[in-house]
Amino acid sequence: MSALALRNLVIRRGARTVIAGADIVFHAGRLTAVIGPNGAGKSSMLAAAAGLLPPASGTVWLGADLLSSLPRRELARRRAYLPQRAGVEWPISVERVVALGLAPTLPVFGGVSPTLASAIERALEECDLVGLRDRPATSLSGGELARVMLARAIVGDPEVLIVDEPTAGLDPRHALDAVRRLRARADAGRTVIMAIHEVDLALRFADDVVALRDGAIVAAGAATRVMTEATLSALYDVRAHIRHDGSCSTVHFVD
Amino acid sequence: MNRWLVPALALALIAASAASLLAGTVWLRPQDVLAAIAHPSDDLPGLIVLQIRLPRVLLAMMIGGILGLSGAVLQGLLRNPLAEPGLLGVSAGASLGAVIAIYYGFSASFSLASPLFGLAGGFVTASVAFLLARGGGTLALILAGSAVTAIAAAGTEVALNLAPNPYAAYEIMNWLMGSLADRGWDHVRLAAPFIVAGGALLLATGPALDVLALGETQAESLGVAVGRMRLIALIGTALGVGAATAVAGAIGFVGLVAPHVVRPLVHHQPGRLLLPSALTGALIVVLADTATRVMRLGGPPINLGVLISLVGAPFFLWLVLHVRTRTA
Repeated sequence: MSALALRNLVIRRGARTVIAGADIVFHAGRLTAVIGPNGAGKSSMLAAAAGLLPPASGTVWLGADLLSSLPRRELARRRAYLPQRAGVEWPISVERVVALGLAPTLPVFGGVSPTLASAIERALEECDLVGLRDRPATSLSGGELARVMLARAIVGDPEVLIVDEPTAGLDPRHALDAVRRLRARADAGRTVIMAIHEVDLALRFADDVVALRDGAIVAAGAATRVMTEATLSALYDVRAHIRHDGSCSTVHFVD
Repeated sequence: MNRWLVPALALALIAASAASLLAGTVWLRPQDVLAAIAHPSDDLPGLIVLQIRLPRVLLAMMIGGILGLSGAVLQGLLRNPLAEPGLLGVSAGASLGAVIAIYYGFSASFSLASPLFGLAGGFVTASVAFLLARGGGTLALILAGSAVTAIAAAGTEVALNLAPNPYAAYEIMNWLMGSLADRGWDHVRLAAPFIVAGGALLLATGPALDVLALGETQAESLGVAVGRMRLIALIGTALGVGAATAVAGAIGFVGLVAPHVVRPLVHHQPGRLLLPSALTGALIVVLADTATRVMRLGGPPINLGVLISLVGAPFFLWLVLHVRTRTA
């Protein structure tokens, strides 16, 4: 399994520089949380790391391969990307939506082979969707849809999984559930990167944390090392308290 | 049901086309038609079948097919159930081209002038729409398409307004209402290559359209070149719908309605919709064209485009209400 590395990455949107020289390695088998205030450049960095936003300068490496040199379909097989609030626009059944995740693997003509069918089955089971398989994806609740999208992303078992705000719009139980499933992918040896606003969840589940502010990496490293009261206070411009309560740590923001 | 959909539609289309060869001012018996096709001769049934009805039914199939196909592709591409082939400005441009040919009297001296001008008009508007939208996304393409449509429609209205005599105005109006009357093998030969080429391009977008149901960002992440696919859909529509409009005039509603009729039968998958939608479009136009020949309301024959709008609009309304009550 391969790590994903950003080297001197600069991203511009129009005349505005949104990421000014990011240098970071996302390790295989680890769940990395990208945190930072709104507009810090998290989404842009993730899109560039996924190869979907061409950087103004700098490079992205997937293992030993330069990301921009990989053919589209190979890149699509090796890394999965879920944008914020990913959804489906037609009332297609859950099972077929999950199968769309295999599009880069499928031959242009011809159907789903037995191995691919079992991959779909596994993804449905892993995301607790077996009972929903025939439901139109447009009729699902937010939590269910998030599970469908995750199943769509992991059905091809990609080396790298990049998820932009997997917990946005989810209630606490579903948010916890979503991050737990990402944790499981990392435990299975994949490189998992998520942008997240729930710092409690990042602190509890992530191995590594990258803190972004104004397009620059403020701090990066092991979650417990990065997520200190000083760093979080500086990052969000709000005083942060971290309370340790047995095995669990929680972050409180106070004015 | 799903597996039999395409064969069933194909059978229905063949049956409707066969019936279309029999029906008209002169009713023929099946054995007359078979004899005329097997042994081409210059007797009356032979002339009616080979020179009048056969090219007409072929045109109806091609035009209906490309309209249904293009509608399905554009609805999938834009992820909007109200998208239709006229959206990109191709139909309005082809209409303007043909109207120019009628206005300046070219079509009076040379019978293929209006379809040739129509083809040119369709390509020009599609190119302008594409150039305006270059670098932008799908929304830019829609906006450019509606702007170009508005300009072409204004041009058509100017031609109507300034028509040199009532007869020219009547001819323009008549052409704008869409018809297959008096179209022959010349029209088939002119339109077929463009419609076949455009149809092949549109069909090729199928697998990518399925993935596009996840939105453009996810589709890109799954290896779909969304920009290239948009270009293929535009070129396919310009070639196919441009040629269809150039030959038959503006025929609305087919491209809008055909995908809706079959969408539930393919489980709403945009890619699987293409072939059934093309067959449905072809079936609609063949049936409607037969009806225009059989129906006589006392005055002149009702135009194909008018009949389809007359039946299509209320049907579309029913469909919208029906779909809403079923999914709500």
